[in-house]
Amino acid sequence: MNFKAIIAVAGVALLSACTNADRFSDGSGAGAGAGAGAAGDPTSPAYFQQTIGDRVFFEVDQSTLTEAAQQTLNAQAGWLADNGEFSALIEGHADERGTREYNIALSASRANAVSDYLISRGVASNRLSTVPFGKERPVAVCSSESCYNQNRRAVTVVQAGGGAGF
Amino acid sequence: MTFFRLLSVLLTLALLTPVPAVEAQSNQGPLRIRITEGVIEPLPFAIPEFIAESPAAAQLARQVSQVIAADLTGTGLFREIPASAHISEVTNFNAPVQFADWKAINAQALITGSVGVGSGGQMTVKFRLFDVFSEAPLGEGLQFGGTQDTWRRMAHKVADQVYSRITGESGYFDSRVVFVSESGDKANRAKRLAIMDYDGANVQFLTGNNALVLAPRISTAGDRVLYTSYETGRPTVFELNVANVSPRALNLSSDAVTFSPRYAPDGRSLIYSQSQGGNTDLYRFDVNTGQRTRLTSSPAIDTAPSYSPDGRQIVFESDRSGSQQLYIMPATGGEARRISFGQGRYGTPVWSPRGDLIAFTKQNQGRFHIGVIRVDGSGERLLTASFLDEGPTWSPNGRVIMFTRETQGASGAPALFSVDVSGRNLKRVPTPGPASDPAWSPLLQ
Repeated sequence: MNFKAIIAVAGVALLSACTNADRFSDGSGAGAGAGAGAAGDPTSPAYFQQTIGDRVFFEVDQSTLTEAAQQTLNAQAGWLADNGEFSALIEGHADERGTREYNIALSASRANAVSDYLISRGVASNRLSTVPFGKERPVAVCSSESCYNQNRRAVTVVQAGGGAGF
Repeated sequence: MTFFRLLSVLLTLALLTPVPAVEAQSNQGPLRIRITEGVIEPLPFAIPEFIAESPAAAQLARQVSQVIAADLTGTGLFREIPASAHISEVTNFNAPVQFADWKAINAQALITGSVGVGSGGQMTVKFRLFDVFSEAPLGEGLQFGGTQDTWRRMAHKVADQVYSRITGESGYFDSRVVFVSESGDKANRAKRLAIMDYDGANVQFLTGNNALVLAPRISTAGDRVLYTSYETGRPTVFELNVANVSPRALNLSSDAVTFSPRYAPDGRSLIYSQSQGGNTDLYRFDVNTGQRTRLTSSPAIDTAPSYSPDGRQIVFESDRSGSQQLYIMPATGGEARRISFGQGRYGTPVWSPRGDLIAFTKQNQGRFHIGVIRVDGSGERLLTASFLDEGPTWSPNGRVIMFTRETQGASGAPALFSVDVSGRNLKRVPTPGPASDPAWSPLLQ
């Protein structure tokens, strides 16, 4: 996996209809999938994020993929097969109900579970990389399960370039 | 003047040279605090403002006295008798002490001192400690010298001496704390490394806001800091030299995530977690040879390692049994022995510098606790409880634990707190803003 191959695409995607957009876009490598094209364009990262679904969710202290998660990832794998010019950075995240180091490890395990699954569905491993964020980058900031279950997630951030294709 | 002598200790610039060994006298009068006792009535002491040897020293004399008093009262073991209650006035450092006047206000310990300023920004601090009811000095008078910008350190050194002579244990005031200074929205926190005196003074930022930083650890000599940074885009162990604030990635792995580092007591190696293929194990890195050794190979999460003070064992957390628990293994790896068996999850173990206890974070029934447990797994005690307490670090003498407490909700923010290992004296440590992940240095040299 080569992190240097991930090239941030200039330009901000139009995410107006998205209720689940990441609220962060700092220089840490995390961020909403940015890319050219509106959500109506099925080859756009915006379409991937909103229509395909860019994230899967996990049970408390688990990194196994639920059935719903596997369905989302099947669609992600299909999109990546159709759009070979994109690579994907998979961000693992945890809710705030854990210690810092453990959550880094747990979120690494979650991101890896997604990566492994996508590879099993035919995505070339050299198009995928992972980064664990632990509990450092929640999308929902309340301190209750309604937020925690949004934060226990792995987000597939597709970006143009880098991948070798199928 | 026959029962003590002044020792001069020259302090140059910011570097304080070690104080010559001064054993508390065998005076075992009533002036003694045994910290292990269950309930402690704070010992009343008086510290009349230190004598200014010249008008130019007046402000420093006042400040030094205040810092010494704050150090001692901050422990919860001492109570200052305010100057307004004093009967005697000390106007000359060498004048005989009017013990009757101090007995009358029930001051059990009396600290007198003087401050002088010299040319070239130099200053000296002299002090004496008296056991009022024995009408005798406790230990020798001492003199510290140095530049005026180190006045707080000189005050902390005096307070460490007083603490040590009365409790029989080493102090912890002349020490520093590395921590993560936080700002911004909860969903997008900016985090910078910072260092400060143990009491929150002299804050200095060590990194910028450009990359997330987590969980710093300070070396035994206090000169280097290990931490995890996202500067490369993914968690990577960095080392930073405190003196010249120069950070560098340690290059522990070309393609894996590395985090949760900690120095060996001798500083010649470090242990850390490496996450690869979704599995997190413990590794050791030899600083001199560059050799990396894998210490665990379970399919579980093994992280948050901490050496015993003699460097022969490692305590760490693992979920190999199904949930986070504490384990001890030889420093070379090998069979690990589980030591935590209570309800809930146990993480972030840190070995006490005294070697007797391990501090940890416990998560149980929706609450977080800082606790301690003996090395053999017995005697678990929880010291705190809140929505989120985590990440303990020990004071240099193993008597106080500092940790992160974060409040809940969208506007929740972390702060540093400290608590005695007895569970008493819980209090917030002042920081310029939200702060997390404290790492307490050893006593400075």
